Amino acid sequence: MANYTLTINGKQKTVEADPDTPMLWVLRDALDLKGTKYGCGIGQCGACTIHMNDNAVRSCQIPVSAIGESAITTIEGLSEKGDHPVQVAWKKHDVPQCGYCQAGQIMNAAALLKRNPNPSTDEIADATHGNICRCGTYNKIKAAVADAAAQ
Amino acid sequence: MTLIKTKVDRRSFLKTSALAGGGLMIGFAWGCSPAETVRPPASEWFDINAFLTIADNGEITIMSPNPEIGQNVKTSMPMIVAEELDASWEDVIVKQAPLDTKNYQRQVAGGSQSIRQGWQSLRMAGATARHLMVLTAAKEWGVDAASLKTENGYVVNGSEKRSYGELASKAAGIEVPAEVPLKDPKDFKIIGKSKKNVDLDEIVTGKPLFGIDYQKEGMVYAAVLRPQAFGTRLKTLDDTEARKVNGVIDVVRFTDHTSDADKARGEKVAVIATNTWAAIKGQRALKVTWEDSQHRESTPEHIAKLDAALKKADGKSERRNDGNINKAFAEADGVFEKSYEAPFLPHNTLEPMNFFADVTDEKVELMGPIQTPQWSLGTIAQLLGRDESEISIGMTRMGGGFGRRLYGDFVVEAAAISNKIRKPVKLQYTREDDMTAGIYRPSSKYRFKAAYKNGKVTGYHLTGAGIRMGGTTREHWFPAGGIENYRVDSHNIDSNITTGAWRAPVTNFLAVAEQSFFDELAEEMGIDAIQLRLDILEQAKSNPFGEPLDYEPEKMIGVIKLAADKGNWGKAPNGVSKGFSSYYSHNTYVAEVVDVVTENGQPRVSNITVAVDCGIVVNPDAAINQVQGGAVDGIGHAMYGDFGFENGTPQANNFDKFRLIRSKEAPSVDVHFVESLNSPTGLGEPSLPPAGGALANAIAAATGRRIYKIPFAKQDLAMG
Ligand code: FES
Ligand code: FES
Repeated sequence: MANYTLTINGKQKTVEADPDTPMLWVLRDALDLKGTKYGCGIGQCGACTIHMNDNAVRSCQIPVSAIGESAITTIEGLSEKGDHPVQVAWKKHDVPQCGYCQAGQIMNAAALLKRNPNPSTDEIADATHGNICRCGTYNKIKAAVADAAAQ
Repeated sequence: MTLIKTKVDRRSFLKTSALAGGGLMIGFAWGCSPAETVRPPASEWFDINAFLTIADNGEITIMSPNPEIGQNVKTSMPMIVAEELDASWEDVIVKQAPLDTKNYQRQVAGGSQSIRQGWQSLRMAGATARHLMVLTAAKEWGVDAASLKTENGYVVNGSEKRSYGELASKAAGIEVPAEVPLKDPKDFKIIGKSKKNVDLDEIVTGKPLFGIDYQKEGMVYAAVLRPQAFGTRLKTLDDTEARKVNGVIDVVRFTDHTSDADKARGEKVAVIATNTWAAIKGQRALKVTWEDSQHRESTPEHIAKLDAALKKADGKSERRNDGNINKAFAEADGVFEKSYEAPFLPHNTLEPMNFFADVTDEKVELMGPIQTPQWSLGTIAQLLGRDESEISIGMTRMGGGFGRRLYGDFVVEAAAISNKIRKPVKLQYTREDDMTAGIYRPSSKYRFKAAYKNGKVTGYHLTGAGIRMGGTTREHWFPAGGIENYRVDSHNIDSNITTGAWRAPVTNFLAVAEQSFFDELAEEMGIDAIQLRLDILEQAKSNPFGEPLDYEPEKMIGVIKLAADKGNWGKAPNGVSKGFSSYYSHNTYVAEVVDVVTENGQPRVSNITVAVDCGIVVNPDAAINQVQGGAVDGIGHAMYGDFGFENGTPQANNFDKFRLIRSKEAPSVDVHFVESLNSPTGLGEPSLPPAGGALANAIAAATGRRIYKIPFAKQDLAMG
């Protein structure tokens, strides 16, 4: 076990964890930030997507020891009032069905728009390809991303 | 104006009482349908499982017994209550009722049938509340109730009006009338207008709504090692390394057998830890050996058994037999026969199975994502030797179901573990656990044989066989009634692999096979694929053959024509190939046109046009979402669904080996509803079954090659 001081959603947090503990479980169990979800644990589904210095990463694939100084943002910290343009678009299009994948989808989309504010339809399809929605809300996801980009 | 009875004999479907703190409370039976019910209606408070309250301040709360699983029931069902109540939707708050075994019964988180089953009782609850408001106001004003109107939460008398909040407390003393008027569907204001998911804000901000998020003071975490192959059980266990993992508290062996069949699976091992990761690491560090307890089955053996079954037809397997198929085959111009094969499938809800349990001397407290708490309650009472009254089960939002959460095996495991360690515990499946522990969609095969003469199908014989599937056919649906000589046989093959309902049970593959067969049969007969279906349906509608039917041919004709029109059937532009399919399930009629284009020499689905007759569409945007999701799911599992066994061992355990459809492969889905004033029917499932058949038919149109086996992606799909 070791102590790690992390920057999460703009705040410093110290946690005690084994170095190999994936950030996913540090966030969920140690920091009680349960918005980031577990779906596969092997980097295949995107349910655990968070931002590391504004890039979308799979928190199940990043051990806590690899975070260092990087700024981590989770769904809880994406916006103060749930009004990030991507969240607003998600509400407008009423995207979720079961909702389980959606935090990961939103974090992924927010990072895409930061990198590429005007993605084409193909670029949106490419960029959302890594996040599985078992309920099949892909039509709405793509429409909401395009809408958020237009704002 | 329709009147609906609020009482049958001496029993009421609902009860009213004063709300503590002022206001009116109406309790009613959410899932039972007074007008059509065959079961006895709600008896006293026993069957009451939902509440509608109107507080003095006008706030209207609807306590729904259905947790959300992704089918929008938590939003669309309260919309029905609010509609008949003539409330303003903005004043309505929807809450989830906990499972209270004394006061809430029949709490099953619905499948596609929820809306259909709840429709009448939800309308009645709203209409009764509205009527009580009117009666109360009439008394106050000393006027005839019939002269009063309601709107947006007010009773209106000319220029005077009273809010429901002002009337609520006084309404509690008024007796529930024997009959209340229902609105004419033409006057609906809330139903038919899209309303946002009531949990939307919480979902997009990552609030802890799901079972995996639930926690309690002092809770520990458990990961379980189960037999890795069906037909084996635990022989030896070495937990030395697991116990060395930081955070691991204990390793315990436990059993959760409630049947003899379970016993062959022996003991399970739970690693108890202070956090999820430690539990998972501990589980992976266990050193175990297994021994055979039963025959270990493999896919080739399953297929051989299915093939052998398809050759048999006897009195035991017969499900329906109209006319004389042998005569039809003997006298035909041509006889056409094909077989179709589908593998097992895991459900793969994105939220893996999990459950919270806290077993103490006084009580058993359970919380998590389960659709059928009643089953778990009874099973756990039996397993732990506890009285049912000591057990409570709360339900959380569920990260998908698709049938998996109808089975409470993981609830029982959680209870068994907590019972052993006497601590509050969260059982968490890894994805690998989730994909390999069962329950699966059964593997099945179908053989179709048709006779045709003078451009008409004169004989039809369907034989179905499934591995631990129970019934494999829907013998009173299409094309029953439309073909004079018609027979259906079904075979079930026993197995020790745990199987169960999977989104659109049976029809999820039966439809693919049937609709592929009709397409190829039409080609063989030289008739347009849609025309062949219409000819059969016209016959079934005007002059049906044989036993009674369980579907309405006319509605099927309606969606077929709508899909053909909207999907530009017969008008494929260059580079696009079209495939058609239609299917009836969960009381809903669906027809689909799939468009396929070529990408890197392989087919890609570019669009699906879906026509749906599901009666009244309660919440249109959410309904479109459901239909799109079902169609995408149907395409995904037809293309990629691949799951088999080798010596009892599942051949895939995570998303690197089991492929699910993703964003780029998901087509746009264009949804069209038939306008209808009929009661609403299922929506979560019916768009799935036709999708795979329409895709197979589009690929055949593009390549000239037919597909007889799922997954399609493993067949030769090279586009010429
Ligand atoms: S849980 Fe991290 S990608 Fe699936
Ligand atoms: S909404 Fe259920 S997994 Fe995406």
